Amino acid sequence: MAKKELIQVKVNGKDREVAADSRLLLVHFIREQLGFTGTHVGCDTSNCGACTVILNGKSVKSCTVFAVQADGGEIMTVEGLPSNGSLHPLQEGFKEEHGLQCGFCTPGMLMSSYALLQKNPKPSEGEIRWGISGNLCRCTGYQNIVKAVQFASKKMAQGETK
Amino acid sequence: MIPPAFEYLRPKTLREAVSMLQQHGDDAKILSGGQSLIPMMKLRLARPSHLIDINRVTGLSYIKEDGGFLKIGGLTRESELESSDLIRKKYPLLMDTATVIADPQVRNMATVGGNLAHGDPANDHPATMMALGAQIVATGAKGERVILIDDFFVTLFTTALQHDEILTEIRVPVPPPKSSGAYFKLERKVGDFATAAVAVQLTLDAGGAVQNIGIALTNAGATPIRAKAAEDALRGKKPDAALIAQAAQLAMDAAQPSADLRGPVEYKKGLVKEFTKRALARALERVGK
Repeated sequence: MAKKELIQVKVNGKDREVAADSRLLLVHFIREQLGFTGTHVGCDTSNCGACTVILNGKSVKSCTVFAVQADGGEIMTVEGLPSNGSLHPLQEGFKEEHGLQCGFCTPGMLMSSYALLQKNPKPSEGEIRWGISGNLCRCTGYQNIVKAVQFASKKMAQGETK
Repeated sequence: MIPPAFEYLRPKTLREAVSMLQQHGDDAKILSGGQSLIPMMKLRLARPSHLIDINRVTGLSYIKEDGGFLKIGGLTRESELESSDLIRKKYPLLMDTATVIADPQVRNMATVGGNLAHGDPANDHPATMMALGAQIVATGAKGERVILIDDFFVTLFTTALQHDEILTEIRVPVPPPKSSGAYFKLERKVGDFATAAVAVQLTLDAGGAVQNIGIALTNAGATPIRAKAAEDALRGKKPDAALIAQAAQLAMDAAQPSADLRGPVEYKKGLVKEFTKRALARALERVGK
């Protein structure tokens, strides 16, 4: 049996402690050990971005990080976006602007957009497209995703602090 | 895909990391950004018995000018290069390169040291560092040594690093006035490796002739390729359109790409020719500013 590593990590604001194999990928740790299945395994080859989460404040592809690397750190998944039961402006934007069809890429798109808006609260269309360039969508053709991010940017400028 | 099992080690210092490498022999690998290594492990093309995670070692992440060199710590993330004012203002070739490495998420993890140490000619920094005439600082059990970039890439996935050495710093000579560079890369989609890419760094003398020139090719062979004949054709001369075309042809002749899903050999060579022309033109345009 492989030796287990103890992983202590704050996930969506809550402290968690789970033992896992060193070879366990962060995406599987999040989905199976932590039970947050919003993060998806898409291509499994770090292309599609469906596995994108925020690790220690930066967007990463969780299929290309080992769970042990998150030890002592902080993760935010798509489940961490709402606050006090209300949708995050990004989630509202994806709803209002029809930024999804099948929804498979959506958690990854949300997390990449979240990271983008943290760094650049008023991105141009080009900057939005660059910001989500690590995320693939087979359904929408991206334009409503861009509109969703613009919606969120506007809403957040009106006073949301998250 | 699940990587094979390995023992995970997390040194707190560089010395600890080096001693772990010494202890565990050829089957130990350094885990830096992991954005090249982990995909290979998931495909089981790489099966290290021990993974030495250096991400918690402090003092290896910096971008600074010192003693006539731009010094970049091995653990510096690509995203840090991308957002560096110093790099944007004085090292346009590096900035061009950093922005086309993979995508934003990968750049948050991927490190400059790892991009070089992995020894993949399809990575973007090898050709760029070649064009810049960089030096690699390797730290091992016997201390530090400096490896010139032209001696660094041995063959596919093999560099001059000894198995107990870690790439800790990259040094780029601070360019003199009237210097600039550019990187042109064709990729099928954002995040892909280069179908072909060309890095150019040049310095003009007071009269406008080429004083110093570096031209290197990405993904055109088993190692990054230095287009020496193209460089020689330009050195000491004023670069007009005819000379640039000649250099582009010579760069194309130096390319040895393999045919694959990204394209046939002739197509890739044609890209090298076109991108050499464009990179030279862009570098000269930037010098002019």
